[in-house]
Amino acid sequence: MGDTTRNPVTWLGSPAFPTAAKTALADDQLRRNLKHATGLIRTKRAGAVAELADWEQLRLSGEAIKDDVLANLDTYLLRFEESVTARGGTVHWAKDAAEANEIVLRLAREAGADEVVKIKSMATMEIGLNDALQAGGVTPIETDLAELIVQLGNDRPSHILVPAIHRNRTEIRDIFKATMPGTEDLTNEPVELAAAARAFLRRKFLSAKVAVSGANFGVAETGSVVVVESEGNGRMCLTLPETLITVMGIEKLVPTWQDLEVFLQLLPRSSTAERMNPYTSVWTGVTPGDGPRNFHLVLLDNGRTDTLASTVGRQALRCIRCSACLNVCPVYERTGGQAYGSVYPGPIGAILAPQLGGDMHDKHAASLPFASSLCGACFEVCPVRIDIPSVLVHLRAKAVEAKPRYSPEAIGMAAMSWVMAGPRRFHVAQRLAVAGRLLSRGGKIRKLPFPGSKWTNSRDLPAPAKESFSAWWKRTRG
Amino acid sequence: MLWYSVHTGKLWVQISRHPMSSSGSVSIVPTEQRAGRVALFATCLTDTFFPDTARAVVRLLERLGCSVEFPQGQTCCGQMHFNTGYRAKAAPLARNVASVFAGYDAVVVPSGSCAGMVRHVYPDLSVTPGPVYELSEFLVDVLEIEDVGAYFPHRVTYHPTCHSLRMLGVGDKPLRLLRAVKGLDLVELPAAESCCGFGGTFALKNAEVSSAMLADKMSCVLDTGADVLTAGDNSCLMHMGGGLSRLQAGVHPVHLAEILASTEEEPWVTPLATR
Repeated sequence: MGDTTRNPVTWLGSPAFPTAAKTALADDQLRRNLKHATGLIRTKRAGAVAELADWEQLRLSGEAIKDDVLANLDTYLLRFEESVTARGGTVHWAKDAAEANEIVLRLAREAGADEVVKIKSMATMEIGLNDALQAGGVTPIETDLAELIVQLGNDRPSHILVPAIHRNRTEIRDIFKATMPGTEDLTNEPVELAAAARAFLRRKFLSAKVAVSGANFGVAETGSVVVVESEGNGRMCLTLPETLITVMGIEKLVPTWQDLEVFLQLLPRSSTAERMNPYTSVWTGVTPGDGPRNFHLVLLDNGRTDTLASTVGRQALRCIRCSACLNVCPVYERTGGQAYGSVYPGPIGAILAPQLGGDMHDKHAASLPFASSLCGACFEVCPVRIDIPSVLVHLRAKAVEAKPRYSPEAIGMAAMSWVMAGPRRFHVAQRLAVAGRLLSRGGKIRKLPFPGSKWTNSRDLPAPAKESFSAWWKRTRG
Repeated sequence: MLWYSVHTGKLWVQISRHPMSSSGSVSIVPTEQRAGRVALFATCLTDTFFPDTARAVVRLLERLGCSVEFPQGQTCCGQMHFNTGYRAKAAPLARNVASVFAGYDAVVVPSGSCAGMVRHVYPDLSVTPGPVYELSEFLVDVLEIEDVGAYFPHRVTYHPTCHSLRMLGVGDKPLRLLRAVKGLDLVELPAAESCCGFGGTFALKNAEVSSAMLADKMSCVLDTGADVLTAGDNSCLMHMGGGLSRLQAGVHPVHLAEILASTEEEPWVTPLATR
């Protein structure tokens, strides 16, 4: 905080991914929690998706609709603003996190609130709204159970959908006991934990004057806003308080209600492996005598139009925050979300956070596109077909561009490219490489100096063959 | 149904999918004609570290009736440069591959990863790739052979490498080839489709995460009780094999080509330390 120019999409002071990952890998409890949780949801998702014969068609439709929205974003946004305003809502435009936070804080104060209830929302996490509200004297209360666990534990989220996935129920019990009054005898039974959270939150719902939400979708033709959740706590926030403030990324639009149908199939099956989402709330402006009397919509850019300018990178804006890519990612499964140092972890975070942040000179942001083996499991499950591996490689090139031109890696790469670009040079290099056999025993190299040690710390390396294949071919058949 | 027969030392492939069809017409073309001019793209890694694999591809394809050429101008597909963010350094390598292999009807690559690079990434580098096939694609799709007449009396488990699986979509072609190998005891690998953690420079840049992935993969391999681990990519095999060798696990990494090249007359032998 304090530094208002910094985009809080990545957490200040986060180490580069390899360093953070090392710490995470050493946390046995974290490893067990993650392996169990991601394994479970992965299997369930595969089952839910397999039920639909037209799944691939749905993915293609989702991709096409989002691409249309992104290509005509200006038109759809103005249409959306017009529809929301016509139905009694007020639209605010925020170019970055600081502007959005300022608007929400001002609106909360104008409504006379010193406490706001919050629906789980990635957009408000991305802009660091909770810190900004707190600094301005307004206390935010997260009402999504997992988000509440993170907030009460003074922790950071580690997953888009299940932000407390890194916690098991005993850890959650301990957090509740330390922060919720009257929970001295709480056990680690899920039913009891849910009941404790319910009692705690019920009081907040009934007293709050202002609710803050994000949005899963905005329907341009009608100005309707959609929030999709599993607990019903979101619906409490959307209906009880007098004032509702929604922070929505500008890419969240769909053109029509008919388009929404595609996403209400894609999203639940991809994220929670459910056929239909449990609580789907839709509202259009304000309705006299029903729900909030004031509705404010904050349309957030925060790096999105810059991302849109990149022909390869813009597909990241198709994302509907389902988390399927996190759950299948072998890297995420082992490090968890916090190692990514951003509210957006996992494969999608590795392409979204650096683009929204827009600064590849930042060592942490520049390390994220490399946090992948490019296995492609993320692309395979993405409901809107974001080719994450291709965007990762594209961003790696951006990271390399931002590095000093004569880094040891760049020199090494240039030298190898030069050698490989000429077959004669390559064959000479192969003959020289045979000297590497001196380092080997039994055809295996067990120890190399840095950076080769990065390999040999955990694996043997075969020694180059005495005679390369091309040399053999030349000798026997050339 | 597919069948083939050996006739005067040459393989003949029947291209009619219904040899017993009522029309009674059976068209037969020699393999050589079916595949056209075939070139081997050994890949830099196999050429330098695993020449046995490249020799196995030649032996196998020649046994199946192809005549194989090995253009000496070939080096590297450029994938490492491209995937590490050095696009401009990958481009000359891509152009070299395109020019060296121009004019061939089929370029066979014993690597799903390198084949994927050529087929799917070269257009992005403004290089037009020729007809490139990963080995199992060439055998099953072009030659339309699943039983290559191989003999390999070992307990084998197969790891589908990520790029062959997801970039090329080879599906179960390697498994179909393995199932037809005489004497081979194929054991299913648990969590087979999980990445082994290689990922090119990922194995160095994120060595710890890579090793954690490798540990789980090795544990699955050991669970099978197999004495041979096979795959269609020497890069992934070098990674998994490097881990298994470090643990003295007693499981040999063997490229799919070497299994398919092995016959009763000329069986695969455990590589000796003096290789």
